[in-house]
Amino acid sequence: MSQPLLETRGLCLSFGGVVAADQIDFSLHPGERLAVIGQNGAGKTTFINICTGFVKPQRGQVFLDGINITQKEPRQIVRLGLGRSFQLPQLFLAHSVRQCLEIAAAARSGHLSWFTPLSDAVDRHEIDDTLSLVGLKDRANTTASYLPEGQRKLLDVAMTLMLRPKLMIMDEPTSGVASDDKMTLMDTVMLALRERQVTSWFVEHDIDIVNRYATRVAAWIAGRVAADGTPAEVLSNPIIQREVLGT
Amino acid sequence: MIRGMAWLGFALCLGMGLLFPWSKTPLIMGLCYGMASLGVCILVRGGQVSFGHALYAAIAAYAVAFLARAHPETDGLVLILVGMAASGLVGAVVGLFVVRYRGIFFGMLNLALSMVVFAMLGKFYNLTGGTDGLRINRPTMLGFVTERDVFETILLCLSVVFAASLVYAVQRYFKSASGEAMAGIKSNETRLEYLGLSAKYILWQAYVVSALMVGLSGAVFGLVQGLVTPDIGSWFRSGEYVFITILGGSGHALGVFLGAAVFEAVKLFASAYMTGVWQMLLGLTLILVILLAPEGIVGMLRQKISNSNEGQS
Repeated sequence: MSQPLLETRGLCLSFGGVVAADQIDFSLHPGERLAVIGQNGAGKTTFINICTGFVKPQRGQVFLDGINITQKEPRQIVRLGLGRSFQLPQLFLAHSVRQCLEIAAAARSGHLSWFTPLSDAVDRHEIDDTLSLVGLKDRANTTASYLPEGQRKLLDVAMTLMLRPKLMIMDEPTSGVASDDKMTLMDTVMLALRERQVTSWFVEHDIDIVNRYATRVAAWIAGRVAADGTPAEVLSNPIIQREVLGT
Repeated sequence: MIRGMAWLGFALCLGMGLLFPWSKTPLIMGLCYGMASLGVCILVRGGQVSFGHALYAAIAAYAVAFLARAHPETDGLVLILVGMAASGLVGAVVGLFVVRYRGIFFGMLNLALSMVVFAMLGKFYNLTGGTDGLRINRPTMLGFVTERDVFETILLCLSVVFAASLVYAVQRYFKSASGEAMAGIKSNETRLEYLGLSAKYILWQAYVVSALMVGLSGAVFGLVQGLVTPDIGSWFRSGEYVFITILGGSGHALGVFLGAAVFEAVKLFASAYMTGVWQMLLGLTLILVILLAPEGIVGMLRQKISNSNEGQS
């Protein structure tokens, strides 16, 4: 099999008496669409935080494309190709949708102009493409703070897409979105990721969404990967059904 | 529209100074207040308010005084540049430390540092002349030995050129990638980091630039007064810069100069007709602005302009 895109070896982290990561050995390969499931407090977000450099593990290592990123800062990891979207979208609320993407595009180039206007410093077509890709073209000039939650999520993803990541980690991409809109939102996001050939990993509670969009599911229980496999395998596992799905 | 107003305003400054020689000193001082407040304004764009930026005016003014006394033959323009460089250097070092803090901590740390320097300027009598300050003899200006009047005229012209260039450059900066990223510090620092940018580095750059601007203003201020005293670095002066920034608005680089113009006008008016209560008058002005135009004078103007544009179309 090809070299894993992301790999962790023996990750351990506890907060006081609470074990958030317990000897996690995990790997993700290019092209996979991973869904992470688990109850609140199982360590899903902690695992994301370790992989994105936000929290340092007490033991163990993280590799991205073979590079040890365990001790790197979030922004260094981002530059190596690991993008992240947030459960609560992290946007520049005072800027327009287009400006948010422009800042992201300028950030990718690594050079922030001092005198060239932002909109001239970036590739206009690329911004337009990404806006169309996530269906925000007609909201381009709307101030981000006026967007409804679903579109905020899309903008959050779009800003990360501007960085041309190899891997996109999404923490609960459908939380806070009306249930009728969840599938439409996921359709858009997953299509965009496929188009840009980005490997993805999302945390999700809705089993229908997991079934529909994931090629692989990992279930977290008390800081451990309790089951890992195809959606059919994991979701039919009796332990997972009892401990995670509560059925 | 606002650009046109800027040209008109600066031309008016120049014209008024040439027509009414008595107005040169207040005009130069007003422009100095504007330039210093523009430095503060840059940081306000990133959501950070410094209550100690007069420190950089003091550093520059004292650097000018020391150099002018040690080498009286130094040209005025060189003195200004050296003053700016000194402020920029101190800003670069202090910046490394203060950009780690945000909000009230950022504001108070700047205030604390400025108070330390203010106290030192007052106490080290042998070096700084204590509260009496240091006299600066009139230097040559652009190579000319001049009378007071011509000296002031040259300083006024220089100040107008500096101010106009700064408004142009800073407005360009506000609209550039760096400037928009700076605004991103105000709205979402986490996102900046996850775009691979260092918020601290962006803020540090802006901090150094702001120190340079306040330094420029301090150097010119010292030269036009012919005297520097610790007052130039007092917390009261720092507060005035913040006052002018809020009064003028941070939406456009011209805002602080409108703020400074109103500030100077109110002060001049009050000192002539309402001596003793001029602070009250300034306070009332600020209250009115905050209530009626929270985006400052420039915000109010922009609103008016966009309204009238909509009315036409």
